[in-house]
Amino acid sequence: MKPETTRHAAKTLPAHEGRPARPWGRYGLVAAGIAAFVLVYRALQPVADWLTYDLMRLTPKTHLGDAANFFVYDTAKIFLLLTTIIYAVTLLRQSFSPQRVRRALGGRREGVGNIMAAGLGVVTPFCSCSACPLFIGFVESGIPLGVTFSFLISSPLVNEIALVMLYAMFGIKVAALYLGAGMATAVVGGLAIGRMGLEDQVQRFGVAVADVEEERVSLHQRSREAWEHTQQLLRKVGPWVIVGIGVGAAIHGYVPVDLVARHAGRGNLWAVPIAVLIALPLYSNAAGMVPIAQALFAKGMAMGTVLAFFMAVVGLSLPEFIILKQVIRPKLLAVFAGILTLSFIAFGYLFNAVL
Amino acid sequence: MKLQILGTGCAKCKQLLANAEQAIAGLDPPIEIEKIEDLREIVKFRLLTTPALAVDGVVKAAGRVLSPDEIKKLIAG
Repeated sequence: MKPETTRHAAKTLPAHEGRPARPWGRYGLVAAGIAAFVLVYRALQPVADWLTYDLMRLTPKTHLGDAANFFVYDTAKIFLLLTTIIYAVTLLRQSFSPQRVRRALGGRREGVGNIMAAGLGVVTPFCSCSACPLFIGFVESGIPLGVTFSFLISSPLVNEIALVMLYAMFGIKVAALYLGAGMATAVVGGLAIGRMGLEDQVQRFGVAVADVEEERVSLHQRSREAWEHTQQLLRKVGPWVIVGIGVGAAIHGYVPVDLVARHAGRGNLWAVPIAVLIALPLYSNAAGMVPIAQALFAKGMAMGTVLAFFMAVVGLSLPEFIILKQVIRPKLLAVFAGILTLSFIAFGYLFNAVL
Repeated sequence: MKLQILGTGCAKCKQLLANAEQAIAGLDPPIEIEKIEDLREIVKFRLLTTPALAVDGVVKAAGRVLSPDEIKKLIAG
């Protein structure tokens, strides 16, 4: 890999190591990227209309026509958003590794520790396969059980991709509420679990966790890694998103507005708990849930109910629980699930009142 | 030399294993690959993230899927 400094050193001022000698070249790239994004974004609906109504000869306002249009438009829009967001977020948060989090949290008391853990969980990438080693690593390092749980709750629940997408589709208020609710659930849930004295419910291994030496990588390497990670994540998340859009499209085209608005609209007091209970056995990746949330809301479901449903689907994940069962006993797992369920229901009501 | 792939069996772990097998294909003397899925064994490596790759008991990379090229470089260097 040739450092940019040597290539341009002859033409320009001497540069510091690691910084390109032409910084405006990099800003130019970013500006071009933003311009391209805006152009493509603006073109999405017209292209979708052309594809479904002109090319495929479907009729607007029919079930099939509307569903197909939604599908094409939403798929393109979401993948555009996803690619951009994942890449940008990955690049920005490469400095947050579980190693650093563990070091930062070690020795913190409850309360402060819970808040820190919840906040760090939001910005740290989470893979459900790492749930076990991460959990054990934290606990064995002496981080209190409750603080560890705060991290474990906020990390998968507040997904930064979903956060940005919710902002793009519903505005800053909804996105902020999602972030707030996620963090509050993490902090309160972690504190509650900490108070219950359930430490004996965790499988102990008696090993201290060492620090794996963190590789120092250049910016060029980091951006290449970020791009690779973006592709990997797109491949992983893609199917979920397509299924989510399919369900959203079906709802959009086929479910009558009355049905959802009548049963899950603002008037029905039971909507929130029922929505959360329905969500319990369901699981979707956060990104895949956003199109469904959008479709439900468009059909008249109250925003608070939508968000509660969203969080319940994303936050209570059967695959993750099955993995965690290897290190956490059923009693603690049940407490964990129970706290999350109650939190989501509570937030559902709160948001319906506030929004 | 022994390559160890640590992971509890998710898609990323399988991908890492596939990449590792691709990296060692055709090498002589043949390199052994050990897949470690038991949590108790994984914990002994003191990792926080999986999947992870270790060479002869020393963790070289954790938390991401290395490409066959990167693995080849690890074996060589």
